[in-house]
Amino acid sequence: MAGVLIKNIKKSYGATEVIHGIDLEIKTGEFVVFVGPSGCGKSTLLRMIAGLESITSGDMYIGEERVNDIPPSQRGIAMVFQSYALYPHMSVYDNMAFGMKIAKAPKAEIEKRVKAAAEILQLTPYLDRLPKALSGGQRQRVAIGRAIVRDPKVFLFDEPLSNLDAALRVATRIEIAKLKESMPESTMIYVTHDQVEAMTLADRIVVLSAGHIEQVGAPIELYEKPANLFVAQFIGSPAMNIQPAKIDKTGEKTTIRLGKTRADLPIPSPAEMAGKEVRLGVRPEDLTIATNGNGLFDGRVNIVESLGEVTNVYLDVENVPDPVIVKLPGVQRFNRGETVSLAADPGKLHLFNESGRSLLYLDGAQG
Amino acid sequence: MSTAVGKRPALVWAVNLTVLLLVVIWTVPTFGILISSLRDKDQIAVSGWWTALFPSEQNIVARTAPPADAVEEDGRWVLRGNVFEGGSGRISAFGVSIQRPSEFEPGTQAEMRGGGTLTVDKNGDYVLAFEEQPEGRRGERIFVTSLEPPKFTLDNYRTVLFSEGIGQSFINTLTVTIPATVIPILIAAYAAYALSWMQFPGRALLLATVVGLLVVPLQMSLIPLLRLYNDVGIGKSYIGIWLAHTGFGLPLAIYLLRNYIAGLPREIIESARVDGASDFEIFRKIVLPLSFPALASFAIFQFLWVWNDLLVATVFLGNNEEQLVMTGRLRELLGSRGGNWEILTASAFVAIVVPIIVFFALQRYLVRGLLAGSVKGG
Amino acid sequence: MAVSTTAGPSASASELGSLFTTALLTLFIMVAGIVVSVAFAAGAYFLISLVLPAYKLIGAVAVMVLGVAACFGYFWGSNRILDTIYPASGANIAANLTKANAIRPWLFLGPAIVILTLYLVYPVINSIWLSFHGPTGQAWVGTSNYEWLAADDGFRESMRNNILWLIVVPAAATFFGLIAAALTDRIAWGNIAKSLIFMPMAISFVGASVIWKFIYDYRPPGTEQIGVLNAIVTSMGGEPQAWLTIPLWNNFFLMVVLIWIQTGFAMVILSAALRGIPEETIEAAIIDGASPFQIFYKIKVPQIWGTIAVVWTTITILVLKIFDIVLTMTNGQWGTQVLANYMFDWMFRGLDFGRASTIALIIMIMVVPIMIWNIREARKDMK
Repeated sequence: MAGVLIKNIKKSYGATEVIHGIDLEIKTGEFVVFVGPSGCGKSTLLRMIAGLESITSGDMYIGEERVNDIPPSQRGIAMVFQSYALYPHMSVYDNMAFGMKIAKAPKAEIEKRVKAAAEILQLTPYLDRLPKALSGGQRQRVAIGRAIVRDPKVFLFDEPLSNLDAALRVATRIEIAKLKESMPESTMIYVTHDQVEAMTLADRIVVLSAGHIEQVGAPIELYEKPANLFVAQFIGSPAMNIQPAKIDKTGEKTTIRLGKTRADLPIPSPAEMAGKEVRLGVRPEDLTIATNGNGLFDGRVNIVESLGEVTNVYLDVENVPDPVIVKLPGVQRFNRGETVSLAADPGKLHLFNESGRSLLYLDGAQG
Repeated sequence: MSTAVGKRPALVWAVNLTVLLLVVIWTVPTFGILISSLRDKDQIAVSGWWTALFPSEQNIVARTAPPADAVEEDGRWVLRGNVFEGGSGRISAFGVSIQRPSEFEPGTQAEMRGGGTLTVDKNGDYVLAFEEQPEGRRGERIFVTSLEPPKFTLDNYRTVLFSEGIGQSFINTLTVTIPATVIPILIAAYAAYALSWMQFPGRALLLATVVGLLVVPLQMSLIPLLRLYNDVGIGKSYIGIWLAHTGFGLPLAIYLLRNYIAGLPREIIESARVDGASDFEIFRKIVLPLSFPALASFAIFQFLWVWNDLLVATVFLGNNEEQLVMTGRLRELLGSRGGNWEILTASAFVAIVVPIIVFFALQRYLVRGLLAGSVKGG
Repeated sequence: MAVSTTAGPSASASELGSLFTTALLTLFIMVAGIVVSVAFAAGAYFLISLVLPAYKLIGAVAVMVLGVAACFGYFWGSNRILDTIYPASGANIAANLTKANAIRPWLFLGPAIVILTLYLVYPVINSIWLSFHGPTGQAWVGTSNYEWLAADDGFRESMRNNILWLIVVPAAATFFGLIAAALTDRIAWGNIAKSLIFMPMAISFVGASVIWKFIYDYRPPGTEQIGVLNAIVTSMGGEPQAWLTIPLWNNFFLMVVLIWIQTGFAMVILSAALRGIPEETIEAAIIDGASPFQIFYKIKVPQIWGTIAVVWTTITILVLKIFDIVLTMTNGQWGTQVLANYMFDWMFRGLDFGRASTIALIIMIMVVPIMIWNIREARKDMK
């Protein structure tokens, strides 16, 4: 079993560079998820690990071996594709056995491994069927089974759930989590644009944007301590509200001024930030209605979305161009145009400097 | 469309009738030679083939058995028999004098001039009865108007297949066609795979060249190749024509197959690559089986084209019994037996029957191939 | 071919050197593959022909099987040689793979490139060369073939007829095809109708010529006409005509044959295009109150112009090469000569390869605009 080490990897198509020097270490047995908006380079990075895309510069190691020029089949990886990529003219059994047949493995060995994988994935009754006779979820399991049969050091998943309907997606997600648990030594790398998949499956999440890594960290770390505005707004739904504020006092704690009100935040700030403009971030679920009149800021109710379990309120707030969203538990009633005062626990507020970096990570660390 | 309310019945009728007219115009010519090829050769020359479809009215003069053969029945002397003498037909009228050959309805009784009464039934059975024992060696003449059913025969086919050389030509055509269909498929499939899924410099240029060669008229190639063949010593041989058809068919084959193979899902090819398959194995185990519809399309194209070809065969094959293909034979017959429609129609039908069978059996693939080859640019 | 196209413009000297060795190696492997597989197949054929009696059909089947086997043997063998030279394992795996991947495409393409070059590219060049030479292709005659052509009556007649064919046949076949496609899509038995209208596609030009010659058959007045056309004319009180000998008009009687064959082709393609039109645009037009005819001409046809153009050009190319029908029905007599048949005439009856090549070149030149258009469309598609 092996980890993956990526050193200053770059990728260009002709003159356009799409991956701008990525460094990342993935340890043996880790479940790492790459997330990011479409076009951020997450799939390209995964395909470079697989060997389906050539590496323009930098070094890639799987285990101890530098794999830059090693063909996919000899890297010790297996890949589950978004469209499953099952061979339509082969039975489930042959699909799973194909790689070993190519490698000229003994028949008995092939049969043993295929049967074992089929057992794990409850595919045994379907081994003789063609892929077209299977449901979407079953096809997905065959694709995973094909990967298991290869007994790889590293599993690669390229958006494996995005072709499934919502209910099946949840079920298969749980199955993948169980699979990981049953194979603690296998390294798994998983690409998705769905943050729920990322949050629920990952040991660590790698957030990518425009060919850069924005932040690497455990799911809750990314949620609680986003390193920059991009991560802050990418993780969490609805996205974090951002509004301008001014630093009044620096030190162990930072005092900010927001319109007429002030707040003390348990975030340290350096002295040279005094008087600077900053961006205050607050998650919709961290905002509450202030009943005693001393809220952080006021807003006018614009749109109310009642979802039953929660109510999302969209408010117009002075000096904030986008509506501020408040996510309140249960069913709540508001009148359009009504002014409400909003409060938040200072410990759940986030501060970003004008270049978008969180004040928690000013030393340059990426978490 | 068809579910929209307020359809106009007149329009529906007009549409149906127009299509019917089109279908009739497009099928009648072929139908005509099919019918003619099954007709008696003397009839083809004197009446239109469409008359053969309906019973024809004919005037026959039959003669009864000699009166001396009459037998006594219930005190009368009776002669019985059938006017068709072993054949069959339906009588619409009969008569006893040449002036009025259709004077009587079948089943009625006619008075003979020489005495006696005659009855002819619809099926041709006649009864001639006399009061007294007749004499004489000559039978009486009976005039009948009969409706003869359409008469068909396979004689023309027997003639063309065994004595006009069509049978031999059929085998020659088969000998040309099968290899000339199969060989280009394999060569083109490999090239199409390389053009779809392999990276190499000059790929775009090669593709453009193939598209360009798609329309090069084959007249261009005849003289240079004929000279080349004579120089090399292949001359007029089957090898030569197989290769020629392969060459002329390749651009379309590569183009069709590339369109199809390039459209296969990228992930399947990549998955095979991750599974450790080489390009050669990917082609053989994944691409070839998945491309079956495209291969079938091209195979039908090439089959029809080679089977129906006259020009290439005329130039690259000899004019002798051993090598003359069916189209060539047909052309020769048109020259030498221009008026013998029984030979021409039967030969033509033998020549077109195989492509037509292939056509109806595999139309689905042919249509798919046409669409792949045409709608996208080519 | 492989040598010239692999070289990039900015290759440095050492790159050029390695490119050269790669190209040489490619060539070597290709030749080795071809020689070995052909030798094997020829040997097998020889053995088979020793054992089996000389039935032609068996011979043909044997050659077919062996030809395919040789083909496959070439691909298998050449790939095998490549993998032996550059194995995908061991210490040099990366370098080996790079080198093998540079060669392999050319092994796949090899036979196709050789055959295309020999059968289509070389003849074009050779024809140009021949067009400046005498009847046997030996004496240089300068432009005299072209001068002869410019003044030749037969050529003028062929050009006139070819242009007539070019105007009438693609237009008529596309028109009937469009009508048939539009109408058959609206009726219950449309698929059967389509099959029947499409069927002439399967019939050879020679077969079709026999079929139509029978329709145009002429018997002197007074006797019973056995050709459908004359039977119709006489039944309506007209005089029977020898249709194929009426100057100018006979061209149109020949064109009918090709229109009859090609309408099915146009219909199939256009019918697919018509069905590809988004249903919503038609429904929107119905709601806007358009009549069925307006829908057809103003909504449907404009959306399939591209396909109509493709059908038109495809038939145009076919018409430029039209040969069999003229050869078998009139052999160019009574003013029905066309370029391809005229070329054939000079090739086999005139035995003048120079003049025949010149005529072939004229056909080629007429195809060139379509060729360029096709290439441009295809390049757009591939982007």
